[in-house]
Parts: sequence; C-alpha cells; structure tokens
Amino acid sequence: MKMKMRSLATALLILGSLLSSGCVSTIASIQDIEPWVKPYERSNLADPIMSANRNPIALAYVKHVFEAREGARGADGGAGGGCGCN
Amino acid sequence: MAEQGAVVVVTKSRWLLFVVIACVSAASNGAVLPQDRSDAMYHSYSGDGVTIDGPSVLLRKKVGNNVSVSANYYVDTISGASIDVRAQASEYQEERTETTVGGDFLHNKTLINVSYTNSSENDFEANSYHLGISQDFFGDLTTLSLSYSRGDDEIRRRGDDSFLEEANRQKFGLGLTQVVTKSLIVGVNAENVSDEGYLNNPYRAIRYLDEDSARGFSFTTEVYPTTRVSNAFSINANYYLPYRASIYGNARYYTDTWGIRATNAKVGYIHTIGDEWILDAHVRFYQQDQADFYRDLFTRADEFNIMARDKELSTYSGVSAGVGVTYEWAFSAASYLKKSTLNFEYDYMNFDYDNFRDATDDAPVGEEALFGFSANVIRAYVSVWY
Repeated sequence: MKMKMRSLATALLILGSLLSSGCVSTIASIQDIEPWVKPYERSNLADPIMSANRNPIALAYVKHVFEAREGARGADGGAGGGCGCN
Repeated sequence: MAEQGAVVVVTKSRWLLFVVIACVSAASNGAVLPQDRSDAMYHSYSGDGVTIDGPSVLLRKKVGNNVSVSANYYVDTISGASIDVRAQASEYQEERTETTVGGDFLHNKTLINVSYTNSSENDFEANSYHLGISQDFFGDLTTLSLSYSRGDDEIRRRGDDSFLEEANRQKFGLGLTQVVTKSLIVGVNAENVSDEGYLNNPYRAIRYLDEDSARGFSFTTEVYPTTRVSNAFSINANYYLPYRASIYGNARYYTDTWGIRATNAKVGYIHTIGDEWILDAHVRFYQQDQADFYRDLFTRADEFNIMARDKELSTYSGVSAGVGVTYEWAFSAASYLKKSTLNFEYDYMNFDYDNFRDATDDAPVGEEALFGFSANVIRAYVSVWY
C-alpha cells in the first residue's frame, strides 16, 4: 500500500512537472512544425503495397508460425499508419 | 487544440512510460480507424513430420464514427509426429482453437485498441488481454504506439489428470513509425516480455547418458527456470518505387535472461500488374545462440538444476523464402461491397541445428547426425471490404 501511494505520488509529481514546466510549450512548438510531406503528396504512402499490415490475418499467422519455431519473440509488429490515410 | 490525456502506470520503475504517454496524448492529431473488412483463410504448415492446418476468419465493422469492433476465429488441427515425439513416443492428433474479440476507439484522434484472446487445447488454456494506444503527430508524419498485454496460461498433460501448472506473462511494446519522404516509411519497435511460472513444454525431455539403456541414453523431464525476461528491438522500412512497386525490409535483435541472442532480417519486393495483380517475393534469415542451460546430451539425469533439450533453445539458423499473389477487383459504386481480393501465399522454410542431434539416427551416442528440417507454409484467403 505504501509502495502504491509512493508510485502514485511519483506519477502526480511527473504530471505536475509536465504541466508546469516546458513540456506543454514543447508540445505546442512540436505542433507548429510544418509537415515536410504534404497531405496531397501521400498517395504513394496510402497505397496498400506500402502497408506491412495490409493483410492482418495472414500476418498474424506467419508471426505465429515463426514464434512457434524460433526462440526469439516480440517487436515484430509494425506501429502502423504514419500517413493518417486508409 | 492540444488535448491532455494520460494513462497512469502506477509502477515506480515504469514512470518513463507514463511520461511518454502523457506527452504523446497531449500532441493530438490525425488517426483513423481500421477499414471494415472480412477475411476467410485456409492455412497449412507441413514439415518435420507434422501437418498443422485449419481455417481463420476475421470480421471487422465500424460502429458509428469512433468505434470499430473485430472478431477472429482460428483453428489449428495438428497431426503427425515431430522429431521430439518420434524420439520418445507415438504420434498424436489434437486441435487448438483461438478466439479474439477486440475494439478500436478513436477519441480526440487518439486510437485505442483493446482485445481479448482465448486459446484452447485439450491440455492447454490461455487467456490474454491487450491494450494499445497509438497517435499520429508532426502533421501525421509520425506515429507513436504503446502497448501492454497480459496473459495467463493453464498447462495440463495428457494421461496425467493430476498435472496442472500455471504461467503468466506481460508484454510492454513501444513503436515509432516515421514518414521520411513521400515514398519512404521507417519504423522502429521495442518490446519487453516477462514470463513467470511453468515455462516448460510438459512433453519435451532432456537426453542423458544411460548405460542401462539399449540405445545408450534415456530421456527425463526438462527442468526450466520459472522466469524469463526478453527484450527485442526491430527496424523496418517500406520504399515506394516509381512504377507502383515497393521494396521492404526489417531486422530484429533479440536477447533474454536465458542467454539466447537472436537476429533476423527480411527483405521483400512487391510488384503490381495493372490495378488487379499484386505480386510479392521475399526472403528471411534467422540465427540464434543457445540458452545457457541447453545441452543435446547430459552426462546424467540430474547433472544440473536447470536443464533443457528443447531444440528451439539450441544454436541454429533458418532461412525462408516465399511468394504471394493477390488478385483484386472493385465493385460498382452502388454496391454495399467496395472491393475484394483473392490471395495465395507460399513459403519454404529450412532450419539447420548446430547442436541438436537426431536421436533417432543409428549412430554412437553423441555422434548422431545434426538435425535439420524443411517446411511448406501456405495461406489461401479471400478478403472483402465494405
């Protein structure tokens, strides 16, 4: 219980720091960055052949096949998206 | 307008995760729900004396503007006898069914994914829960993804009604996808997985020297550690070529507390013919070093406190090469259905083991031929978008 309270206090301290310090202004400046690839330039990126996850059912199966036969695991899924287009 | 949001992971050692989520949720921008689609697939794996095949069906549908729900039903029908079974026992047949239900939620343009998966066999039951958050920012050029999964397993053993063990695992994932140019996307991923409990395969055994045995060796149950923590890091890239084709690749580095280090890499090329045909060819390489407690042959049944002869824990390498073909057609604008594809994918896999020997080989103990096998893997499926 004491550990949970201390963790909660740590989390609140970090949140407070984010709000009161430079994090918000940093986020604001991040949003001011001009995208160097404009929305109208993203037709190539939106093409299904650029999506690692264009066939999720087959991708999940292949991932399962390798996981069952290899010692390694994890970090094999793409974050997906990137151009906000379907 | 920036939106404030935070997922508090109240664990002292994971406050960094909290900071990242808080910052990302604050930098709100575009995100989209997955498209409505259905897929029905037949899959088949055949290699090392084992055939595993069955169906997989995926349904996904939007509910309103901010929610998409999905369900996946998957079956593995397993028959035959792998090298582990051939060396110790008779062949068997069993079935595994896996059911996943999930939801994607678009909230203030943050995409949240939750899912529940149940995997069931006559001697194994697993339930897992997944939470993922992803967010586009920098004008939708960057996507940051965070994920957490938890799984609980119940392990039983055929022929032993009193055998019941448990294991659980947690996964933390972090991914970043970056649009670099109008033709190049690059992604990096990291994932930490922690297991605790009974991590053995209850049917696998170690091999040890035994003068009383006609073959000169005997088998006894493996003894695994009860914890395992792994870290994996990967990078992937997709590049669009000027004539509607693409090349892609990925690489991963893996390490864990059992002493396994592994790397794998894959490159592929996608070619299109007209609007209808998509052709894919790829090759993948894998290599790993053995777990600290792995031996092909122990000198006695109780040589160490921790002992394994699971070939997936040995030193070995693998190569696979595959092709895929997709035929796509669009429906009329008036139709409820938008488009559909027919897909066929084939992979040939080969694994060569550096210190796992074929115990069925008629040779002096410890001098048997090194084991290796190949497999054919097929996916045939139809997809419909609506």
